[in-house]
Amino acid sequence: MIDVKNIRNDFPILSKKVYGHPLVYLDNAATTQKPRYVSEKVKDFYINSNSNIHRGVHYLSEKASMAYEDARVTVKNFINAASLREIIFTAGTTAAINLLADSLGRSFIKENDEIIITEMEHHSNIEPWRVLCSRNNASLKVIPFDDQGKLLIEKIPSMINDKTKLIALCHVSNVLGVINPVKEIIQTAHRAGVPVLLDAAQSVPHLPVDVHDLGCDFLVFSGHKMYAETGIGILYGKEKYLDMLPPAQTGGGMIDYLDFTGSTYADLPLKFEAGTPNYAGAVSLAAAIDYLHNIGVESIARYEQDLICYAVDRLNEEENIIIYGNTFPHCGSVSFNFEGVHPYDAAAIMDKMGIAIRSGTHCAQPVMAHFGVKGTMRLSVALYNTREEIDLLIEGTRKAKSLLL
Amino acid sequence: MNINDKQDRLIKEFAPLNGWIAKYEYLINIGQQLPKMEDKYKTAENQINGCQSQLWVAAELRDGKLMFQADSNAKITRGIIAIVLNVINNHPPEDIYTSKLYFLDNIGFKTNLSPTRLNGLNSIIKRINKLCLIHMQL
Ligand SMILES: Cc1ncc(COP(=O)(O)O)c(C=O)c1O
Repeated sequence: MIDVKNIRNDFPILSKKVYGHPLVYLDNAATTQKPRYVSEKVKDFYINSNSNIHRGVHYLSEKASMAYEDARVTVKNFINAASLREIIFTAGTTAAINLLADSLGRSFIKENDEIIITEMEHHSNIEPWRVLCSRNNASLKVIPFDDQGKLLIEKIPSMINDKTKLIALCHVSNVLGVINPVKEIIQTAHRAGVPVLLDAAQSVPHLPVDVHDLGCDFLVFSGHKMYAETGIGILYGKEKYLDMLPPAQTGGGMIDYLDFTGSTYADLPLKFEAGTPNYAGAVSLAAAIDYLHNIGVESIARYEQDLICYAVDRLNEEENIIIYGNTFPHCGSVSFNFEGVHPYDAAAIMDKMGIAIRSGTHCAQPVMAHFGVKGTMRLSVALYNTREEIDLLIEGTRKAKSLLL
Repeated sequence: MNINDKQDRLIKEFAPLNGWIAKYEYLINIGQQLPKMEDKYKTAENQINGCQSQLWVAAELRDGKLMFQADSNAKITRGIIAIVLNVINNHPPEDIYTSKLYFLDNIGFKTNLSPTRLNGLNSIIKRINKLCLIHMQL
């Protein structure tokens, strides 16, 4: 069981007042708040261990390098990767996808090749592929979803052909909160020899994610959405692929031998980590993973699922409610509108009541286009949220409606 | 009333409004009194970017005075543009262009808006100035 009261004490920001009201923070899909445990680990690192990594033989450099490589071990175990060589530190999900797209673009994506994504992707999992396709004269195919938020996976076999080079899709949608049947999709793709990238930005914070069990070839996520600091994220890739792929960026830290006529590169994973990496960020990510482990990833998943189901039930009781995607169970997020109420107006009013939710397109304009709306409101939970906060949100929506309708 | 008289009147009207909910209520009401813009004016050209909501502003010169029309699909945005228009409508473009819209500071708008919304407000003011310039040259 989750002891929310104690957990809330770990997050100093949660006791803040906003315009005189207690903060109700329900914008966790955008970013989560940070527990003291994480900030203190980072502070401790700067006070006791800071030095550039993999550079000097001196004491501090060894200590910092060790902390960085320990963080890699923590991440590897967290997602159950086969080897440390499969864990690349990046600046976040967007950076990880761009790294992969750049690298694939330099080597494997040729004219007339095809990349498959879905209609429910975040812009970060669309634009790098769209740009790559237009640059390399390849084409982008899109798996649609139905109004319930279900991907039309039966269409996938006919979309795959011998030109298909990759399927890139989200594990959990950042707008609809739907969990996609990724295992099934991966099996379909693998039967045709096509690798799959999972955008796990919205699943890793909420569900146990095991790359071995899922079978995905690549997986990306952001630290800041799972209680770590900003500017750190992960690109997981199967060794057989990462080994073949060229680095997207070159520079310090990834050179094995260099003179003015040529060079050889370091082995995985450093091949993909040119420049001084965000090693303090890596420390914070490892601390966040420790923090999650201490509470229990499974119990967190159960607690959050109960909470988001409660939120959906409460919303469903409201008049004029429109919930986008009728999925069960929701994971992390739910998007909604009230008939006749602009999401911006409602979110602005709730803001003044101390309630933080997101309004707008959520970096997923194709999802908005699917439902023919300009924007939605989205509430998204974390392990520190409570049913009382959901009740306050419902009150907030009622107040907003009373002013706006 | 000149533009500054109108600003001062608005500041007085806002003064007794306690708290943000009351201010929003006022804005929503005033927005409802703003005449609807005809659909033919809701063009991409008249749309202002930088707002989460859609917002259109257009102006035409009548007897040397600039008459604005505006609309938004969000009620708070509608209210904001309505109070701006209440101040500047029906004045010569030169007067509008040279006046400083200090009421926005005085009613606590600028200090309390988030950067994205402030951005929207700045876009509105830029557009108004641009419309003034266009009509000053005619
Ligand atoms: C599904 C999904 N993909 C990608 C991203 C981008 O993540 P980041 O901004 O951390 O790079 C987000 C976050 O907004 C997301 O929700």
